[in-house]
Amino acid sequence: MRERQAFHSARRAREFEAFVAGAAGRLLHAATLLTAEPPGDNPRARRLLALSLAHTYACWDRLRGEDPYDRARRHLATRFAHEAWHRYGGGIGRARRHAAGPLRGLTPRERLILVLRLYEGVAEEQAAALLGLPAERVRTICDRATATLLHPPAPPARPVAAEAKAATP
Amino acid sequence: MRHGHIHVVHGHAGVEDPEAPVNRPQREAAARRIMEQSPPRVPPELCADAVRRGGRMLRRRTAARRLMWLVLCAAAVAFTVWALTVQPWVEPPSETTPPVTGWEGW
Repeated sequence: MRERQAFHSARRAREFEAFVAGAAGRLLHAATLLTAEPPGDNPRARRLLALSLAHTYACWDRLRGEDPYDRARRHLATRFAHEAWHRYGGGIGRARRHAAGPLRGLTPRERLILVLRLYEGVAEEQAAALLGLPAERVRTICDRATATLLHPPAPPARPVAAEAKAATP
Repeated sequence: MRHGHIHVVHGHAGVEDPEAPVNRPQREAAARRIMEQSPPRVPPELCADAVRRGGRMLRRRTAARRLMWLVLCAAAVAFTVWALTVQPWVEPPSETTPPVTGWEGW
């Protein structure tokens, strides 16, 4: 019994290692895009990925033919949505102040939908079901996010505002 | 025909940026290209870390399941012992009928 369990556990570890070797790069890139961190310094993305991979490992035996990559990606997306919701105080509609990376000008929800739809190629209906939104809304947000990404709005003139503030004490 | 119309509209709108992609597939491909840039380096300890955390989760789940079964069995045993000692199915002696006194006078 114990021997069989050890054998089973070793096989799971081997399979999981092969899966991580194949999928970690892409998932980490997706996570880094989501958290809008620079590629060289992405602690939040690493943490997100480590947690979702741990979750995938924990339910590895109960996958029953389901794609582990899809499972890990879904967990990553839902965890990011929850974290964004709690971190930014009731709404994933606001952008972070110190954001980097190509998606820095977008809100967390726009980033999530853009990454799921375009970077990961998840179907519109599946992304909508995952986020609990109507498919039309996902389509609208995706279009808007694409437009913002391709034509970034002019950055706000902060130095001028700071000078004005300094000039009028 | 519809496609041509969209093309014309976007062509007009994108006067200030002649490189602007005009239709949806092109826009999506351009967005994908932007997102594919500069992939981050995967830390080498990632897999071991995930296995450690995942194994801990599995062990916790196993322990929780064992605890649940233990509590369930204990509750079943306790109930059986209580039922056998108290025997709630046996009709208790009646305590509600008042003692009948003073009928000799009838």
